[in-house]
Amino acid sequence: MAYSDKVVDHYENPRNVGSMDKSSDEVGTGLVGAPECGDVMRLQIRVNPETQVIEDAKFKTFGCGSAIASSSLATEWVKGKTIAEALTISNTDIVKELALPPVKIHCSVLAEDAIRAAIGDWKKKNNVAETAGVQVAVAAH
Amino acid sequence: MSDSILGLDGIPAKSINGTGEISNNGDFSGEMSNNGVIITQSTKPLPAGVTLPLYMDNHATTQMDKRVLDAMLPFFSVKFGNAASRNHAFGWEAEEAVEKSRQQIAKLIGATAKEIIFTSGATESNNLALKGIAEMYRERGNHIITQATEHKAVLDTCKRLEKYGFRVTYLPVQADGLIDVEDLKRAIVTEGEGKTILVSIMFANNEIGVVQPIAEIGKICHDNGIIFHTDAVQAVGKIPVDVQAMNIDVLSLTAHKIYGPKGVGALYVRRRNPRVQISAQIDGGGHERGMRSGTLNVPGIVGLGKACEISGEEMATEAARQTELRDYMRNKFEKALDYVHVNGNMEHHLPGNLNMSFVYVEGESLLMGINDIAVSSGSACTSATLEPSYVLKALGLGDDVAHSSIRFGLGRFNTRAEVDYVSDKLIDVVLKLRELSPLYEMVKEGIDLTKIEWAAH
Repeated sequence: MAYSDKVVDHYENPRNVGSMDKSSDEVGTGLVGAPECGDVMRLQIRVNPETQVIEDAKFKTFGCGSAIASSSLATEWVKGKTIAEALTISNTDIVKELALPPVKIHCSVLAEDAIRAAIGDWKKKNNVAETAGVQVAVAAH
Repeated sequence: MSDSILGLDGIPAKSINGTGEISNNGDFSGEMSNNGVIITQSTKPLPAGVTLPLYMDNHATTQMDKRVLDAMLPFFSVKFGNAASRNHAFGWEAEEAVEKSRQQIAKLIGATAKEIIFTSGATESNNLALKGIAEMYRERGNHIITQATEHKAVLDTCKRLEKYGFRVTYLPVQADGLIDVEDLKRAIVTEGEGKTILVSIMFANNEIGVVQPIAEIGKICHDNGIIFHTDAVQAVGKIPVDVQAMNIDVLSLTAHKIYGPKGVGALYVRRRNPRVQISAQIDGGGHERGMRSGTLNVPGIVGLGKACEISGEEMATEAARQTELRDYMRNKFEKALDYVHVNGNMEHHLPGNLNMSFVYVEGESLLMGINDIAVSSGSACTSATLEPSYVLKALGLGDDVAHSSIRFGLGRFNTRAEVDYVSDKLIDVVLKLRELSPLYEMVKEGIDLTKIEWAAH
């Protein structure tokens, strides 16, 4: 399979690899996928409680090159955004940026899920209500 | 988090996608990502004796041996006769070459020349054997026994025979990939319309390299008056095969797995004790004792014969050399990495096969990191099905472990320098991908992955 240059670049130089303290209130963790499906992504964000800005993001991914690239890209994109802004990132943006072929679209979906799961976890910890917009977006796929 | 540098002994200034484009002009190490993690770029030169791309997938096919090519060449040009032309020198010359090949093949497997039927390859041989025997012996019974990890050329042929009204038993394999001969004995039906007429068990497996107890199976079949076919594509020329001693009645083989050309194979069909008859599946001029019509592929047949001759002469030394290299490679992996294991029984095993699972690393990402090395993955991601190998699953491996498996196929032209290069590079990529793997981190923390409720996707 031929990979796009951007997928290759993220695979070779993954951004923001690592772990954060799951138990910290500032950290939201999203763990999505399943080992038997060949893809597991863990995306973590550290959110400033005052501004709701995602100040840092880390990931670890078990999966193909496209899954690694999708999650690596997701960490780059969420950093510096507010959680509301981060929730506007959609899998189609990732597909476009990485030029993913149709068989790899599920990788981008998983990355979007990981962002949402991490934000959801942070909101739960900090008693921030889910907004209607998020639920609609989740229901959409 | 990781702050280690895991640069590999890669290719100088060569990009991972194999296009050969120079992306960073060999000075990549100065431009690390913020993790300091780099997968493939390196400025180190290749070790002596290693050129890229490097081929280590010899169960898929093999590079033709120069000696085979030389033997074939005249038959593409000046010696172009039709082996079925009985009345002129061109035909006689071709026929003589074909008969020589028959003898070369027969010698390698302990048969006689008259028992060799030429085909277009092992897929045809398997189809002809199974369909031809089923059709010929239908009145005797309608039961066929095979096993779960056969090649698709056998499994799919059996599926078709089921549609035609035959009953097929697919024996399971044990965790080491071998069938239990007691299962075979139990599956045999000795009386009535549902009597077993055919057993088809492969000699050696193409993915995990295990060698089935063929002599034992052959004896059971003969004791029960059942025809025994074996797909011996991976075994012939690599390990001793003797149709007499092993009671094999019908055997499939092909040239391109033994450093011969593609598009030519053979079927051994026993002529006495018992005499096996096969209904032709291709009708025409009645070539090959009426079992397989069609003008013979003389250059291919010459190549197959020569390939058999060379394989026979060099089998003992080559098997010892490949076994040593294989074990060396396995030891390197086991020394450098945790959570690795071999798949398949290693005692009853092909010399050049090594199938290993690198747990908590996904196979496709592993292959991406060793993009300039040709090996096979346990998952069929490239075929867009994302289904892990049915052979590995038959051993009882979970999908996740099957996805993490790599098949190395050592061959005649692989060297120790290549084995070192491949294993070192693979170890580096596994280490690097485990830095990225949430599963590896969780296991290291003592978390039981089976206890996690994974989000269904």
